[in-house]
Amino acid sequence: MNTIKSTFQKAKANSSGCLIGYITAGDPTPEATPKIADALIRGGVDILELGLPFSDPIADGRTIQDASLRALNAGTTPMRVLEIAAQIRSQHDIPLVIMTYYNPVFHFGIDKYLAAAKQHGVAGFIVPDLPVEEAADYRKAAAAHNLDTIFFASPATSKERLAKIVAASSGFLYLVSRFGVTGAQSSVSDSTVQLIKKVQPQTVGKVPLAVGFGISKPEHVQTVIAAGADAAIVGSAFINIVEQNKQNMLLELEQTAKALKTATKT
Amino acid sequence: MKLSNYPIDGKYGKYGGRFVPEILMEAITELEKAYTEAKADSAFQKQLDYYLAEFVGRPTPLYYAENLTRKLGGAKIYLKREDLAHGGAHKINNTLGQALLAKRMGKTRVIAETGAGQHGVATAIACAALGLKGVVYMGTEDCERQRLNVFRMKLLNTEVYPVESGSKTLKDSINEAFRDWVTNLESTYYLIGSTMGPHPYPMIVRDFQSVIGKEIKQQFKQKTGGLPDALVACVGGGSNAMGTFYPFEDDTDVKLYGVEAAGEGIKSGKHSATLAAGREGVFHGMYTYILQDKNGQISQTHSVSAGLDYPGVGPEHSFLKTLKRAEYAYADDKEAVNAFLTLCKEEGILPALESSHAVAYAMKLAPKMKKTQSIVVTLSGRGDKDVETIAKYTGAKI
Repeated sequence: MNTIKSTFQKAKANSSGCLIGYITAGDPTPEATPKIADALIRGGVDILELGLPFSDPIADGRTIQDASLRALNAGTTPMRVLEIAAQIRSQHDIPLVIMTYYNPVFHFGIDKYLAAAKQHGVAGFIVPDLPVEEAADYRKAAAAHNLDTIFFASPATSKERLAKIVAASSGFLYLVSRFGVTGAQSSVSDSTVQLIKKVQPQTVGKVPLAVGFGISKPEHVQTVIAAGADAAIVGSAFINIVEQNKQNMLLELEQTAKALKTATKT
Repeated sequence: MKLSNYPIDGKYGKYGGRFVPEILMEAITELEKAYTEAKADSAFQKQLDYYLAEFVGRPTPLYYAENLTRKLGGAKIYLKREDLAHGGAHKINNTLGQALLAKRMGKTRVIAETGAGQHGVATAIACAALGLKGVVYMGTEDCERQRLNVFRMKLLNTEVYPVESGSKTLKDSINEAFRDWVTNLESTYYLIGSTMGPHPYPMIVRDFQSVIGKEIKQQFKQKTGGLPDALVACVGGGSNAMGTFYPFEDDTDVKLYGVEAAGEGIKSGKHSATLAAGREGVFHGMYTYILQDKNGQISQTHSVSAGLDYPGVGPEHSFLKTLKRAEYAYADDKEAVNAFLTLCKEEGILPALESSHAVAYAMKLAPKMKKTQSIVVTLSGRGDKDVETIAKYTGAKI
């Protein structure tokens, strides 16, 4: 079975970075998600983040806000997201990570939800509104169920905080590329490159470094991998395709993923 | 441990905390440091006192509502007249304090959320007075309901950004303000309007609002020589209530009553009575009571008063509820409107519909108490903004 760790190791052996894809589970419908995941994985996504939609996603831009709303309106629940995960896992041996805000997990019961996630084949969690200081219960449950805890670093994170965050992270570290929320952008700025170069020495040998927010094109992927990141995270660019919901959506997703994956090769 | 010593490490018992994206962690740490320094700086305090006296018009009166007391035939009712503060509500106590802090921190741009528009207007006033650039997020639904306040903010040179996302009301304007803040961290100060959000906001807002309770204590002592038996204030996010309660937290003989909005009734599901009907959870950066569905998604709320229309509540209120130090009751739309009409007729005062919830509860409480006892009701704002709503509700033509 491929874990997050072995996936990064394999990519490295192939002189390649990883492509991490994000989609909101249940967008446009729970039934559609496994097909969308299949297209992305065939295109070359190495690790897939499944968004468990939340009503008030404060770290997300318009694209993921709208996707969350569509998924909630389609009746997506925390348990349904895990069923979707299991369905994807039955077809593909790639690591799946649940990304969500803290309240749906807390409300379900932290230990209960993480246990169920493990049973459904999930490899780890990303919770953007849960900084390390508030994460004791969550980390305990994740350790008990052998799930990776992926924390964030940002352009505002000090060296001291970064050391604490790296120590609490497993799977990978999610580096937010810029000041702002999620959402596709036309270019990756020099400050992102500088940021990667600044953070990388503190993560190397400890936890893989993945860069997200605003990464939507092959040249962005190339830039962040060349700067020293182990992975690029792409979300809104895929969701924009899902949102249009055209007839050739799956093909377009696969081709987009393929182009992005090609760009991870050094 | 004295209650007034909380928060301890950002928490009120288990409530509060800092549940925010990593990108904000350094900013709220910096804010806490700046606030702690300002609080200890007598020059800052002097500046704040100057504006509160000369600009806001403090102290606001503590008025003995003799007619209402006589009508109810029980405890004496006193009204803390925050409706007479500049801008027409208690909101200005906090916006001035935080705007002065923003300036001290070298920020040039201030953002805020608003529901009914009162906090937005108070922010716009503070920004204009202190020469800061103001930006207010307001749900499109609320912009429509409170068009006059949108125009007031514009007159005061503040930009109003309509928020189209989610339910297009207060909680969505807060989401949008957070998104703005993470994008413009360097230049921008987020001026939260209630005792909510991540630490240190609930503490900062409470401290700036506690001028209400401090004045009540002093004024009541001057009038009677003692302490009131009960304090009553309405609770949405909970800032006027926290400002009223805080200086009395350790005076255990003084009963504290927070009054939430029961809208069309708790059973109808159309209400904003978070402490009465919510469950613990994490929302807008804090661990507190929240109105949420069975999957942990945040609920839509309802109240005739837009200012109480919020699915969370300040963490210190959750703490006081759990400790049973304060009692949380509720009044529905009908009771609030009735209290509004009563206070107009009996006392010649138009209370805000938010504050009318507190008046409604005091009207129930007073007859059960002795004539020798006293209740102080915080009238958090004036009701001029609500007359159209009242006309609609009562079927009157204007």
